[in-house]
Amino acid sequence: MLLHYLELAARSARASKGLSTLMVLALALGIGACMTTLTVYHVLSGDPIPNKSSRLFNVQLDAGSKVGYKAGEEPTFDLTRFDSTALLRDKKAKRQAMMSGGNVAVGIADAHVKPIFSSMRYTSADFFAMFDAPWQHGGGWSAADDEGEARVAVISSALNEKLFGGVDSVGREIIVRGQPLRIIGVLKPWKFQPHFYDLTMGGFAEAEDLFLPFSTAMVLKVGHSGNMDCWGKGDGGTPFDMNAKCSFIQYWVELDTPEEAAAFRDYLVRYSDAQRAAGRFERPSNVRLRNVMEWLDSQKVLPADVRLQTWLAFGFLLVCVVNMVGLLLAKTLRRAGEIGVRRALGATRGAIFAQFVVEAGLLGLVGALLGLVFAHGGLWLVRHSPSEYARLAELDAAMLALTLGLALLASLFAGLLPAWRAALVTPAVQLKVQ
Amino acid sequence: MSSSLASQALGSAPSRSGLLATLHVGLLDLRPILSTLRRHRIAAGLIVLEVALTCTIVTNALHMIQTRVDFLNASSGLAEPEIVMLEVRGSKAVPPERAAGIASADLALLRALPGVKAATKANQLVYYDNSSNSNVSQQPDDQGLRVTVSQYLADEQMLPTLGLKLIEGRNFTANEILDSNKVFSEPDPHIGQIIINKTLADKFFPGSSALGRTIYVFGSSPATVVGIVETLTHPYLHRAQSEGGYAMMLPVRGGGVYLVRTDPAQREALIKVATAALEAVDATRVVTRARTLTEMRDAFYAQDRAMAWLMAGVCVALLLVTAMGIVGLASFWVQQRTRMIGTRRALGATQGQILSYFQIENLLLTTTGIAIGLAGAMGLSHLLMQSYELPRLPWVYLPISAVALWLLGQVAVWVPARRAARLAPVAALRG
Repeated sequence: MLLHYLELAARSARASKGLSTLMVLALALGIGACMTTLTVYHVLSGDPIPNKSSRLFNVQLDAGSKVGYKAGEEPTFDLTRFDSTALLRDKKAKRQAMMSGGNVAVGIADAHVKPIFSSMRYTSADFFAMFDAPWQHGGGWSAADDEGEARVAVISSALNEKLFGGVDSVGREIIVRGQPLRIIGVLKPWKFQPHFYDLTMGGFAEAEDLFLPFSTAMVLKVGHSGNMDCWGKGDGGTPFDMNAKCSFIQYWVELDTPEEAAAFRDYLVRYSDAQRAAGRFERPSNVRLRNVMEWLDSQKVLPADVRLQTWLAFGFLLVCVVNMVGLLLAKTLRRAGEIGVRRALGATRGAIFAQFVVEAGLLGLVGALLGLVFAHGGLWLVRHSPSEYARLAELDAAMLALTLGLALLASLFAGLLPAWRAALVTPAVQLKVQ
Repeated sequence: MSSSLASQALGSAPSRSGLLATLHVGLLDLRPILSTLRRHRIAAGLIVLEVALTCTIVTNALHMIQTRVDFLNASSGLAEPEIVMLEVRGSKAVPPERAAGIASADLALLRALPGVKAATKANQLVYYDNSSNSNVSQQPDDQGLRVTVSQYLADEQMLPTLGLKLIEGRNFTANEILDSNKVFSEPDPHIGQIIINKTLADKFFPGSSALGRTIYVFGSSPATVVGIVETLTHPYLHRAQSEGGYAMMLPVRGGGVYLVRTDPAQREALIKVATAALEAVDATRVVTRARTLTEMRDAFYAQDRAMAWLMAGVCVALLLVTAMGIVGLASFWVQQRTRMIGTRRALGATQGQILSYFQIENLLLTTTGIAIGLAGAMGLSHLLMQSYELPRLPWVYLPISAVALWLLGQVAVWVPARRAARLAPVAALRG
């Protein structure tokens, strides 16, 4: 029966080529627009570290000064060196890491190779295990290395490729700020989006090329980029001093259970209270402990433009569907005579209804396929757009299935009303008019 | 079934000529049209719904496009087509006490190059990815009126290099320029002179001249206002509005990028020469970025421009789809009413009368759609204001999109309506 309906649908599409083309084209445009924006939305709102995101937490303490303080506001964005060092020393979580970033020239002893300006993260030992960094060669450093300002470094596979031609470079030396650092680990290509552990380098930045111990970075004075907030009077030192009133350090902890998270939050409040009692903190205790997805949400990582585009595309699809309902209805009623004959020859209302729904579904299927082509074109445009997430816009299997599903659903929905009207056609009146 | 009913509705009207007559006939036609539409409630409702949705979306999209275009046209106040930026980085650590000396030497080098009108070093620049801000207050130690101000560290060459105009006072002199390493290693940095923009001057000293007055940038040491510039913006132009647009220049030489002003035609050549000259100073140096300010502006606004084009594209597509829907349904109606059109024409109705019948019918439908759509547009604008911090929809967009949709409807219906009007009475009756 279905085959027969499909044949009828194909014949009817051929009979009114113009109208069918218009419907398919409009539907495909709507589907293409929706899929393009939905894919971007899907990619950008994804979980950067799915198997751990609920167990990794960003820490915020309010270390700011009383000047300009408003109750109820978010605490200082980052941590000061003093506070992160203290938290790290206390080791209250399963794993913890303090970190910040910058950009630095990385060279090798060979004078013929020009130094390469590379993004850098200076952090503490737990960083790699906590964020599941994938190793190609070697591994990370130890807490003792952090303590001892060890001259060690971990590099990305991309930097390893540029400097050493991709060979196992563990044990080799690189030059940073004129000082030699020994490579102890090379990472595999490490892909995660957004750049969740430090959003101040651009929400969709790639993983860094160079990693070194925080303590070593401070000795080498590697500099800093990203966010830095300072308050109060300076004491003539630099923002990187242990007692500087400047926040520029991201602090992350790994906590396995909600109980551990609650206990850690209590610990942060106790820490803040103690700092206020000691005269360091001026504001009331105000701590935040957010897991990865809560953190990304609070920082509004998904660009507002992307959400607007998605709404716009769905608005467009809605108009396309309404348009399709109208045109299908016109097409159906134009064939009232044919329906009358079929009904008179014994077709039930149900059969007529099914026939027209199948016809709408066929148009939907063609629209979906064409929409897929449009979506590919749309994503190509996005990839060549100037946004920082441009390179991420790729259609995946889930989105592919969603495209087909959405198109079929939209066209079947559009087909319901016309099919119902067709089923209501009374044979006698039609035959009389004929 | 519908054809027999509609033929009553299309009963002939007395034949007259001229615009007035058409209007008159139009009004007489209104009642039959309404009764026809009542019998095609679903199809008519779909057209109305489609027009309403399109109207709602297009009105707000037009407004969003205009908002982006306003961004694109925002003025930085700088001599943009003449400025080139060079970012220099070294792979060896430079002792901080030597930084200012190196900067002075580099600037002397740049100023000696052919075609260079002026050169300076700046800690931040509009369209560049860096921004430095300080709290400035009217009284010492953060007391009194206090605002966040975009902070430019400048030498006496910054005004001529950027092409900024003083509206009051004077520029810094060469011997007023301080070494940033010395200034900021003090617990309470002392800045003697300061140049502020008009926005900050008006905020702190409304109604009187800011010249010669003191403000406090770092803690307790006062800075005297020696000059006021007309336009000096926050480096992130879009933030200039949300944060008040306050900016100042401090007479301090420190880190940052080199800026060179030259003739627009010589920019590319100068970039090559300047890059070679700066890299020749020291083998460990690399010019990591060298751009014209025009290129930087384009890159800075690329996202807004892309968004404006996208919105425009969706608007055009929406209008096309809506037009398609109107053509499709109107064609269907024409076909369905062939018999009545023939009857009417046989009874003496002119082609114009048939044409205006369909045009008025379309006008009724689009007007209903537009009325609903405009209400929807205001509602959507309200939602967008809450969720996306967009400005309120100005009323002027309402008539614009109303007229656009009316025109669209008339153009779209004209094709099938003309076909209807041209039907020969005999052929129509026979069909």
